[in-house]
Amino acid sequence: MTSSPLSQLSPGQKGRILSLSLAPEIRQRLLEMGLTAGTECTLVRFAPLGDPLEVKVRGYHLSLRKSEAEGVLIECL
Amino acid sequence: MTSAHPHSNPTEPAPPSTASPAGARPRRIALAGNPNCGKSTLFNALTGLQQKVGNYPGVTVEKREGSFYSSHGQPVTVLDLPGTYSLQARSPDEAISRDVLLGRVPDTPCPDLIVAVVDATNLERNLYLVSQLLELSIPTVLALNMIDLAEEKGLRIDLEQLSLRLGIPVLPMVASKRVGLVQLKQIVAQTDLPLPPRGAPMPPALDAEARTLAPLLHAPDQARFSEAVLLLSLPPAQLETAHGLPPESLPRIQEAQSRLAAAGLDPLSAPVDARYQWISSLCAETVRGESFSGLTLSDRLDQILTHRLWGSLAFLAAMALMFLSIFSLAKIPMDWIDLGHQAFAHWLENRLPEGDFRSLLVDGVVAGISGVLIFLPQILILSLFLGLLEDSGYMARAAFMMDRIMSRVGLHGKSFIPMLSSFACAIPGVMATRTIEQRKDRLVTILVSPLMSCSARLPVYALMIGVLMPEAAAWQKSAITLSMYLLGMVAAFSLALLFKKTLLRSETPSLLMEMPPYRIPSLRDIALRLKERAWLFLRRAGTVILALSVLLWAAMRYPKPENPDAKGAEIIAHSVAGQLGKTLEPAIAPLGFDWKIGIGLIGSLAAREVFVQTMSIVYNVENEDNDLRNASLRDTMQAEKREDGSPVYTPLVCVGLMVFYVLSMQCLSTLAVVRRETNSWRWPLFQFAYLTLVAYLGTLAVYQGGRLLGWH
Repeated sequence: MTSSPLSQLSPGQKGRILSLSLAPEIRQRLLEMGLTAGTECTLVRFAPLGDPLEVKVRGYHLSLRKSEAEGVLIECL
Repeated sequence: MTSAHPHSNPTEPAPPSTASPAGARPRRIALAGNPNCGKSTLFNALTGLQQKVGNYPGVTVEKREGSFYSSHGQPVTVLDLPGTYSLQARSPDEAISRDVLLGRVPDTPCPDLIVAVVDATNLERNLYLVSQLLELSIPTVLALNMIDLAEEKGLRIDLEQLSLRLGIPVLPMVASKRVGLVQLKQIVAQTDLPLPPRGAPMPPALDAEARTLAPLLHAPDQARFSEAVLLLSLPPAQLETAHGLPPESLPRIQEAQSRLAAAGLDPLSAPVDARYQWISSLCAETVRGESFSGLTLSDRLDQILTHRLWGSLAFLAAMALMFLSIFSLAKIPMDWIDLGHQAFAHWLENRLPEGDFRSLLVDGVVAGISGVLIFLPQILILSLFLGLLEDSGYMARAAFMMDRIMSRVGLHGKSFIPMLSSFACAIPGVMATRTIEQRKDRLVTILVSPLMSCSARLPVYALMIGVLMPEAAAWQKSAITLSMYLLGMVAAFSLALLFKKTLLRSETPSLLMEMPPYRIPSLRDIALRLKERAWLFLRRAGTVILALSVLLWAAMRYPKPENPDAKGAEIIAHSVAGQLGKTLEPAIAPLGFDWKIGIGLIGSLAAREVFVQTMSIVYNVENEDNDLRNASLRDTMQAEKREDGSPVYTPLVCVGLMVFYVLSMQCLSTLAVVRRETNSWRWPLFQFAYLTLVAYLGTLAVYQGGRLLGWH
């Protein structure tokens, strides 16, 4: 079990969120959107141009940029 | 990212929400919920045509209010609050939702009842906002919307248990099919609804700090605790810029934050964690049935529609369809409006004696009205497409796919559609910027939208290409036109980047965008929106456009020359516009333009294509048939000589004139719409000034640069 940024997952891979190391505003909004520590999420896909990416979390789909996903630390499942 | 935290209405606390006697004033309810939860559909179902749209004071957020009768026959006013994920606002829209609910928006009293609309298929995240709403001490009802879709997904929600746990009424609804509407109208009539118990328990340390802080705040009594929790969890940078805070409270909040941090509690994440823990236990008790874990139809659609190849092709096809529709489909009703205008003008001309009054009516007022109506088809078609894109869920995919490109110039993927629409006409384009949440990004998009070559520039390009190279083959003409489009795009992107780095400096907005499941759009919702768009345009912008066209009409005709038999060319030369053209000549001479072109530039402020008409008056070229007129105008312009006998329309002047039209803001109508969309004259005036400057410098570079290289 290793910790890695969310942006390193490949499509279809699952992870559990460990922590967010991001600027306060964006960290708070990501938390509010449900990406709290311990939450499971699945990387669904990358956009056709490689960025942004789409994740499934708490039963809905959210897109965020790679630069943001790099700050979301997860343990791969 | 907004850091505004205006405590703008500090004086009186709102009256106790349940105390107003029935009949004294209409009950006020507010619909609050996340984006994509079906809130607007519910609003439309409740109010039908009884809606009005305005602006909240001082901001460009739309205020959507409507009315209906409760099942007891009482009038009820309903406010459709902008969709928000949290009361910790991140955009002007979200700030308005928060401020209304905290009772601090002037002219918008705190609601008597909150209808918390949630998407039953996405309960966990939707309940996050609900947990905050429950702290406001305003009677609240939970509208569990799209309950049919939740059941299809295999979710069973125990309504009684949910209502018991939340302490508020819970109503299953399908707003799009009007299911649950009657029950909602019944609940709304009850004036004795209890105040909801506070939902998620905050960590004890935070709770205590919030209680200590609450009495210091300028909020209505019942909202102070909620406000205190929001302030305590505000990131430091935002806290410092929060204006309107009681001065003595800022250090108190910062101290409290440090105390919490010292106690091992992150003030930023602790409330969020507490709320989600509460939600998890709530859902564990009330939601039965494993959510379907395979691929839904929406997931399958996304496999195609966001696919590297197929998704890109589908996107191109959708955009081409939208663009061509605005461009060509709108042409049909636009021709009707034109024909109707001509027929009516003829009718008036045959009935009124020739003179100033007839000219005012025919060339000023009727032409002005037709000039306003002519935009409607494009606005309606674009609004229809935007409505379909938005309500089907595809808009989020379009932004998802275009974000990479738009983020290069510091914008959000959502800026793409307004800019694309501006190729047809900047007016619907500017109106489409409403989907952009961040104020600065929206402004940047508005500021550069007119650089996308709109359809009104085509007649100008066609005329100038005709003068430049009358024998050109079709491909040569297309190549020149295309290069003008490219010039506009390059200018738009460069200037957007410049604005993002300087005047409207802000970080590239974070994307963080929900990708809602695909849904079939409701035609009723879209029809209501079309009506609203058309009406807003006619009332707010149309009146300004009409007034400006009449002014321009007067400027082209007055004062009159002394010779009563003067023809068009003589009248226009003698008019304010003509004199202005002559006054401008020294300024535009470095561009290679003479005063006659100056008149054309002034005349085309009404709309760019009016350049052709104005020039035909200037050169006294008249013909009933437009094509013949344009051909003889072209020949006249080619033959036009300066005083020294050299031709006026050298290739450099022709190219320069086209470049000027690519870059300049020759469109009062767009300015009127920008005024409406930004709520002040400041931005449209700035836009006019900077685009005129850019056009001037661009044309100067072409003309003087060309001459230096020995061209002419």
